[in-house]
Amino acid sequence: MVKLKINGQEQNWDGDPDLPLLWFIRDEIGLTGTKFGCGQALCGSCTVIMDKQAVRACVTSVSDASGREVTTIEGLHPAGDHPVQKAWRQLNVPQCGYCQAGQIMQAAALLMDNPKPSHDQIREAMSGNICRCGCYQRIENAVHLASTGV
Amino acid sequence: MNILTNPNKLRGFEKHIKVENVSRRSILKTLGLAGGFVLAAPVMIRPSFAYETGAGKMPHGVVVDPRVFVSIAPDGIVTIVAHRSEMGTGVRTSLPLIVAEELEADWSRVRVQQAHGDEVKFGNQDTDGSRSTRHYLIPMRQIGASARTMLEQAAAKRWGVPASEVKAVRHEVVHSASGRKLGFGELAADAAKESVPSIEGLKLKNPKDFRYLGKGEIGMVDLHDITTGAARYGADVRLPGMKYAVIARPPVTGGKLVSFDGAEALKVSGVEKVMEVKGWPWPSKFQPLGGVAVIARNTGAAIKGCNALKVTWDDGANAKYDSVAYRAELEAAARKPGLVVRKEGDAETALKSADKVIVGEYYLPHFAHVSMEPPVAVANVKGDKAEIWAPVQSPGGTREDVAKTLGIPEENVTVNVTLLGGGFGRKSKCDFALEAALLSKELGVPVKVQWTREDDVRHDFLHTVSVERIEAGLDKNGKVIAWRHRSVAPSIASTFAAGTVHQAPFELGMGLIDNPFEIANLQCENPEAAAHTRIGWFRSVSNIPRAFAVQSMVAEIAQATNRDPKDMLLELIGSPRIVNLSSVKDPWNYGEPYDSYPIDTARLRKVVELVADKGGWGRSVPKGHGLGIAVHRSFVSYIATIVEVAVDDKGKLTVPRVDTAIDCGTYVNPERIQSQIEGAAIMGLSLAKYGEVTFKDGKVQQGNFDDHPVIRIDEAPAVTNVYIVPPPSPDTPPSGVGEPGVPPFAPALINAIFAATGKRIRAMPIGKQLEA
Repeated sequence: MVKLKINGQEQNWDGDPDLPLLWFIRDEIGLTGTKFGCGQALCGSCTVIMDKQAVRACVTSVSDASGREVTTIEGLHPAGDHPVQKAWRQLNVPQCGYCQAGQIMQAAALLMDNPKPSHDQIREAMSGNICRCGCYQRIENAVHLASTGV
Repeated sequence: MNILTNPNKLRGFEKHIKVENVSRRSILKTLGLAGGFVLAAPVMIRPSFAYETGAGKMPHGVVVDPRVFVSIAPDGIVTIVAHRSEMGTGVRTSLPLIVAEELEADWSRVRVQQAHGDEVKFGNQDTDGSRSTRHYLIPMRQIGASARTMLEQAAAKRWGVPASEVKAVRHEVVHSASGRKLGFGELAADAAKESVPSIEGLKLKNPKDFRYLGKGEIGMVDLHDITTGAARYGADVRLPGMKYAVIARPPVTGGKLVSFDGAEALKVSGVEKVMEVKGWPWPSKFQPLGGVAVIARNTGAAIKGCNALKVTWDDGANAKYDSVAYRAELEAAARKPGLVVRKEGDAETALKSADKVIVGEYYLPHFAHVSMEPPVAVANVKGDKAEIWAPVQSPGGTREDVAKTLGIPEENVTVNVTLLGGGFGRKSKCDFALEAALLSKELGVPVKVQWTREDDVRHDFLHTVSVERIEAGLDKNGKVIAWRHRSVAPSIASTFAAGTVHQAPFELGMGLIDNPFEIANLQCENPEAAAHTRIGWFRSVSNIPRAFAVQSMVAEIAQATNRDPKDMLLELIGSPRIVNLSSVKDPWNYGEPYDSYPIDTARLRKVVELVADKGGWGRSVPKGHGLGIAVHRSFVSYIATIVEVAVDDKGKLTVPRVDTAIDCGTYVNPERIQSQIEGAAIMGLSLAKYGEVTFKDGKVQQGNFDDHPVIRIDEAPAVTNVYIVPPPSPDTPPSGVGEPGVPPFAPALINAIFAATGKRIRAMPIGKQLEA
C-alpha cells in the first residue's frame, strides 16, 4: 500500500507500485487536468509539483511519490488565481490549451525557486515543455509578467 | 423558455444543390467511391452581399436558422451553439461572437454550447481547410440578426407599436419614443412564437457599429478552464465502468495480424483482457488499421501490457518502403515529363532558347502532426446505439463512419465533440473513434482508446513526401521567360483509392496550378508517384512543399541575376491583375467561386510591400545574420513573411525576429489571427529544422520527441510581429487564417540562411546541413 498526498488529500494505492503517477492521478482518482503527451519525460504536459519541485508524472511512479505532497493544476490555487494563471489569461497565452497545465505548473515551480527570472532563465526553465501550437512567445512573456506582478 | 421550437423544420430556403466540393472527408464522394452525390442541406441566398462562398457546396451545406443556434432563458442568458471544433484557433468563441454581435447580446451573458455531430441540423461541421470564418461570417450574422428581429417583433407586439420603432440594444429591446425597455429574457417566450424572418428582409448591423467584431478584445470562452485544468479534452472523458485500451497496430501500413500471445500482458497488474481489433485492407480510408488491444483498469497498465505483447505480423505489400530509395524514385520522376496540368505559351521551346536556365530541385519529407493530445476517444455502444466522445475535426463524418462501421443507423449514433488538444488535420480522420466503437461493442462496456506518442508518430496519416523541380528560363536581360514546375508526390487520394498515382485537383491547386507569376511560358506537370503509407491532410497541405520550392527559386533567380530578392519577387508577380486561370481544367481554388476569391496580384504585392516596410527589409544586420522573404497565397489569403536568421560558426541556427503580413479579408478576431501566425512561425520552424518521418523496411523510424523533435521555447523566434491588412471594404470576403501562415515561413527562413551563409538548402529538414 502506497500512501501519498495529492492537493492536500490523502490517497492510497494498493495496485502496481510502478504505475506512473500520471495514470494514478488521471485514471484512478480522476484529476484530468494533468495531461499525457509523451510518456517519457520529453514534453512536460504531465508536469506536477512534488515537494516544491516540478516533476514529470509520466516517469514518476506512485511509489516514488510515497509520503510526498503532490500538487496538480487543480490544486495550484483554490480559485485558479495563482499569479501564473492570471498572467496566462491576461496575455491570452493558450491556443488549444492541452499543454498549458504542464506549462503553468512548470512556471509556478520556477517562480518558487527564482521569483525574478531573466528571459534567458525563463527560456531555459521552460524548455522541457513542448507546445505544438507554438505559444512560446506568450508563455515567455506571461512568466515574466507573473514574476513582476499581475 | 427556449425559442428553439422546431429545429428540423427549415423555412425560406428552397434552393437545393449537389455536393461537388471537397471537404477533407467528402473526398470519398468526389472520387466517386461512395455512390454518387449527396444532397446538401438548403443553402442560403444572400442578395445583399457582394460575394458568394463555397459553403453551400460542402456536405450538408449551411443551415441559417436561429432556432438551431440560439436559445434564450428567462433570466436572459443567451446560449449560442458552436458547431465547429475547437483546436486552438478560437473558433468556438469567434463564431458565437458573430451571432452575439448581430443579436446585440451582451457577451458576458452569453454561454457557448458545443454541438454534437449532426449536419442535417447544423450544416457542415468539418473544421478544416481554414473555412470556418470564411464560410460562416455571413450565416452567423444572419442567424443573430434573425433572432434579434424576432425579439424586436415580440416587444413591438407587447407594446402595440410598429416593429420599426423598436430596437435591440445590449441585451434589451428599447422603444425610445416611450422610454420602455424589455430584457431579452423577458421577451424570450414571446419571441419563440414569432415566425423566423426571411433572410432577404433581414437588416444587418452597419460594421461601424460593431462592438466585438474586428476588435480582438474578447478572450476564448475556454481560457479560464484551460488555466485551471477544468477544460475537457477527449482524453479527459470518464464514464462509469469504463475500460482503458491501448492497441498494438501493424508496423507496416497494410500489414495484418498473423498471431499473438497475450500471456505476458495478462500478467501485468491491472490488465484484464487481450483481444484482436478488426482492421481494414489497405487503402483503408479512415477505418482502423487493426491489431491487438490490451484492456485494463487504467491507461498505465494498458501501455505496460501492450509492451509485453508478442505479436506476429504479415507486413504486406509496403514492407520494402524505404525513404532513401523513395526519394531517388521521386527525383527520377521529376526529371522526366509528367501529366501537364497547366500550360500557357510554350515553356519547352522557351527553355531551349533561353539565355540561361536555372534549375532547382526541392525535397520535402513526410511530416507527422504530433498534436500534443495524441489520438484518443471514448465509446459506449449498447445494442444498436452508440455514443462517442472524441476530439474530432469531423463530427458529422465521424457519425457517418461509426454508423457504417457498426452497421447501425446514423441517427442511433451520438458524437460528442470535446476540445481538441491540437488537430492540424490529424483529427479530421476518425480511425481512433472507430477503434473505440469496435471495442466497446465487443466488450459491452464504455471503452477509452488512448494512442501513445509512438502510436501517433508511427501510424499517422502523414503529410506527403515530395520533390518539386523548377526550371526557370531567362533571356539575356535576366527576365524570366519560361517556368516549368514538376511536382511529384503521393496523393492523399491514395488513402481512399488503390492505384492512385496522380495528385488530386485540391492538391494541384495548392501552389502549383495557381501560380500567380506573370510569365509568358508557364507549364506545370505532375509525374506519377505511388503511396506506401497513409497520406493525409497536414496543416497547409501541399502548400508547404510548393511555397518552399517556388519561393526558394525566386531567391535563386535573384542571386543568379544579382538582384534584390524582394524586387525579384515583385517582378515575377508582375502587374496588379486578376490571374487568368482559364487554361487550367480544374483550378479548385479552395472550393470557392473565383469571382469572390480570385487570385488578385494587387493583394499579393501589397503583403510583400507591407512586410518589407514594417519588417525593415534591407536593414543592416550583424555578421552571421541574414534576412529572407517569401510570399504565398493559400486558403484564399495572402501572406508574406520576413525571417531574420543567425547562424554561428558551428552552424547553430537561431531566429531573432519574424515579421508577417496577412491579408485575410474581413476578419473577426485579430487577436486570434495574431496567435495563429505566431504559432505558424513556430510550426514552420519545427518543420524546416527537424520535420521528418522516415521509413525503413516499411516501418517508421521515429517514435517520440527524442527522435522526432519539435521546436522548444529556447529555440523559438524571439519575436514574431504580425501585420493584418485592413479589409478594403465590409464586403471583402473573409479568408483563411489557421493554415496559411505556415507555407511562407520555411522558404523565408531558407532564403535568410542563404543570405547569412551563402548555403542554399534544397532538402528539408535543415538538420545538420549547416554544420558541414
